[in-house]
Amino acid sequence: MSFQFTEEQIKRYSRHIILPEVGGKGQEKLLKAKVLVIGAGGLGSPSLYYLAAAGVGTIGIVDFDVVDFSNLQRQILHNTSRVGTPKVESAKMTLEALNPDVKVIAHNERIHKDNVMDIIKDYDIVLDGSDNFPTRFLVNDACYFSNKPLVSAAILRFEGQLTTFDYRNKENSPCYRCLFPEPPPPGLVPSCQEAGLLGVVGGIMGTLQANEALKLILGIGEPLVGKLLIFDALSTEFNVVKLRKDKKCPLCGEKPSITSLIEYEQACDINF
Amino acid sequence: MSELKTDRELDLKGEVCPFTFVKSKLILEQMEPGETLKVILDYKPSVENVPKSMREEGQEVIEVKEVGENLWEVIVRKVK
Repeated sequence: MSFQFTEEQIKRYSRHIILPEVGGKGQEKLLKAKVLVIGAGGLGSPSLYYLAAAGVGTIGIVDFDVVDFSNLQRQILHNTSRVGTPKVESAKMTLEALNPDVKVIAHNERIHKDNVMDIIKDYDIVLDGSDNFPTRFLVNDACYFSNKPLVSAAILRFEGQLTTFDYRNKENSPCYRCLFPEPPPPGLVPSCQEAGLLGVVGGIMGTLQANEALKLILGIGEPLVGKLLIFDALSTEFNVVKLRKDKKCPLCGEKPSITSLIEYEQACDINF
Repeated sequence: MSELKTDRELDLKGEVCPFTFVKSKLILEQMEPGETLKVILDYKPSVENVPKSMREEGQEVIEVKEVGENLWEVIVRKVK
């Protein structure tokens, strides 16, 4: 075991290095890790911020949107002067200013069937902080087919959900489609632009996503696999329900009907 | 008393907590179990804190001694 930290890195990561579960060895793992975050919005902002602070060495961000005033109530990577700037660029500026050790790769494009495999191929872990079902299903299936762990979070109104799918070990992990076999019909589930969202819920759930990613990289603790954590901001309560692998799952079941990527129609093209 | 021969030596004069421990730990992590590290300190709180944190990590503190005016040596053996 050999590592060489600069004086600045020793100071920057000292609170990690002091932890028996992390140490210089763990910090070295973080610096070598490659994490992709889908969406630089309400969930991506806090997760990206903490991943960069922690010294995750390579961070990819996928988003095709530009910063809007309506984002600033919760998307803490961006600020007023960045309105109109592509979100990935704004995110990159904030993260690089925080930690120059981090290489930020900006994917300023919409994720679709023909680019998703190529985008995720170089990363160890994927965090989904997207705001629509077609992307969620596509990212899930792509992670499943490429055996990458997926940390999935979702937020609406005063509620947040979180779970980790560990596709490195498919036998012991349910998949997103065990939970939701296919997207809900358009209009059934409102988006946050329709239903609203308490900004801090993104902060809480995105931070928990970063926590899952850090544990996976460090190989410590228990990842939230086979469990769905539900947060209710109004009662300040966390509940954990068990997720079971579904034998009839169209993706990971005994007789899968989905064997290649599927692109669902976006019900509404306005993204906030 | 005979002078203990150590495998590595780390001069941390001028360094303060918690970096005295952080730097000692980083060196120790890169050593083999059974090997010994001598840490030279001139910051008094570290003389208590470095051995305490080393013990909490399961390492063996062999010796803590004052070797001069405001100067101390801590010798640690790597256990794990």
